Amino acid sequence: MTVALEVKGVNKRFGGLQALNDVNLSVDEGRIHAIIGPNGAGKSTLLNTFVGRLKPDSGSVIFDGKNLIGRLPHQINQAGVSRVFQTPEIFADLTVIENVMIPALAHRDGIFELNAFKPLRRETDIRQKAVDVLEDLGMKDKLDMVAASMSRGDKRRLEMAMGLVQEPKLLLLDEPTAGMSRADTNNTIEVLKHIGDSRGITMIIIEHDMHVVFSLADKISVLAQGTVIVEDAPENIKGNVKVQEAYLGGAH
Amino acid sequence: MLGLSRNDFLMLLFVLFLVAAAPILLNPFPEGSSLAQFNAGYPDLMQRFLIFGIFAIGFNILFGLTGYLSFGHAAFLGAGSYAGVWMLKLLTINVIPAIIVSTLVAGLFSLAIGYISLRRSGIYFSILTLAFAQMSFALASSVLQPITGGETGLQTNLNDPRILDGANTTGNIPAPSLFGWEMRESMQVPVGDWLWTFNVGYYVCAFILLIAFYISIRIFRSPFGMMLKAIKSNNERLSYTGISPRPYTLAAFVISGMYAGLAGGLMVSMDPLAGSERMQWTASGEVVLMTILGGVGTVLGPVIGAGIIKYFENIFSKINDNLLHGWFSFMPDGLEDFMVAVIHPFVGKGWHLSLGLMFMLAIIFLPGGFVGSLHNVFSRIFRKRAQ
Repeated sequence: MTVALEVKGVNKRFGGLQALNDVNLSVDEGRIHAIIGPNGAGKSTLLNTFVGRLKPDSGSVIFDGKNLIGRLPHQINQAGVSRVFQTPEIFADLTVIENVMIPALAHRDGIFELNAFKPLRRETDIRQKAVDVLEDLGMKDKLDMVAASMSRGDKRRLEMAMGLVQEPKLLLLDEPTAGMSRADTNNTIEVLKHIGDSRGITMIIIEHDMHVVFSLADKISVLAQGTVIVEDAPENIKGNVKVQEAYLGGAH
Repeated sequence: MLGLSRNDFLMLLFVLFLVAAAPILLNPFPEGSSLAQFNAGYPDLMQRFLIFGIFAIGFNILFGLTGYLSFGHAAFLGAGSYAGVWMLKLLTINVIPAIIVSTLVAGLFSLAIGYISLRRSGIYFSILTLAFAQMSFALASSVLQPITGGETGLQTNLNDPRILDGANTTGNIPAPSLFGWEMRESMQVPVGDWLWTFNVGYYVCAFILLIAFYISIRIFRSPFGMMLKAIKSNNERLSYTGISPRPYTLAAFVISGMYAGLAGGLMVSMDPLAGSERMQWTASGEVVLMTILGGVGTVLGPVIGAGIIKYFENIFSKINDNLLHGWFSFMPDGLEDFMVAVIHPFVGKGWHLSLGLMFMLAIIFLPGGFVGSLHNVFSRIFRKRAQ
């Protein structure tokens, strides 16, 4: 099995807090890798180092043979890494379809393209791609809605569409189902499963909802106090003593 | 049509009609009547409507789409003006090279200033652009006097080289022209009590405004325009989407700088005189007011905003105490004097006070400017009808 993402010895300190302490992680290609852990374990911080939002003090993140550390966010995205954020990061003033067409255009045209004279409505291929992804996520009836006016759950689904439309090699999902109803959560699980199987996208997913984690993950890493304490298949995680200690505080 | 959607094409036709018929539409009051001073259909003012319209259309591409508020765009207008006069002096009295070169010079100038200023965003960007413009103003009125004519300004002379025309040192200073049609030439058509003035320079400006307006619609509706809107909406998210926002904002900055230069080139083509006061911060502020008053981020707004402000500037500033006494002469003496005293600060030299009041009212009651508010009203009506 080839490794899609290799994280080696990543450290990050915020003042007196060691947020990430020698994190090592390897994500297999085409698999769904879940990162779980109690609040404040450093899950989102770790993801931030992958996409160029945070520069770790030391360590390397190798993706596709390239070290992602020190690259700019748009370069990392162009290398094939898309991220879905924890709090929906969308273009609130634009419509749903525009929100998805922007990443699709970025995927086709690169970091800059001065296509100032071509009418947007002639970009039929890009539009169709965006519509297809939105349809997969059950949002086809909301194409022309202004993104800001949607529910939190819909914003999350929109962000997922923005990531998926780029056909990334690696998709990073930060709590993709937070704020969704049970039905929407199950629907999202189905969509992610379908995408993982059909397109072979590697996914890293941070999640608190164990139902989601155990439905999707091929492999789970447990993060506590900035360190990976266990990395194993889902069936071996549930009964693991270290994991229980991490979640329950080890007070027994 | 022309790569525009039906609605945009209709809007272009509407603007075409407005500018073509402006000499008639803006002279609604018969000549010699007491209301004739509210007529705006004279060439000098109508040219300014269009020139500042172009300036505001360009400014709106930067401010309306990306949200980057430049407080220094008058510097590009000024740079374009100087470049234009130099073309009229050195090359030919024909306005075409002047207009083209002024646009290009302003483009280069804005590339340099934009490259530095866009390292910051928000208020810091605004202050950087303001600082650059004020520096340009200071340089133009002092050190650069050989190029800019200092405080007296730069103008055409009889003994200018005019390489393409062949030097001509006898007779009058030639007026800027387009293949023999002088910009200042007008045809006056009296119809009944009305007097309509059709001016060559005005229609040259009108033609260029239509092109500028058309290009702006195309930019607004393009993928590039959508990226600019995305920058305004969520700049950081855009970079996580694989887009580098900097070249987009810089391109928008340069395009809007070129619009400003074009406006400057047209200004000197109509009246071949460029002064440094054109670069002062008040001139930069004026285009901000025009854009906001008309409607930020709307295609049509800036043109309307420019028209409104230039109209009030000219009409209010012309009203003097004698006129006021004339209007209120039907009142008893004491009341008449009182009314004149009340209105006096708002007209003549105090017209800025009226402008300020109007601006305040528009900001409070018309969020989105004139065009934005009209749009809201219409969409509300149509939505109700659809339900």
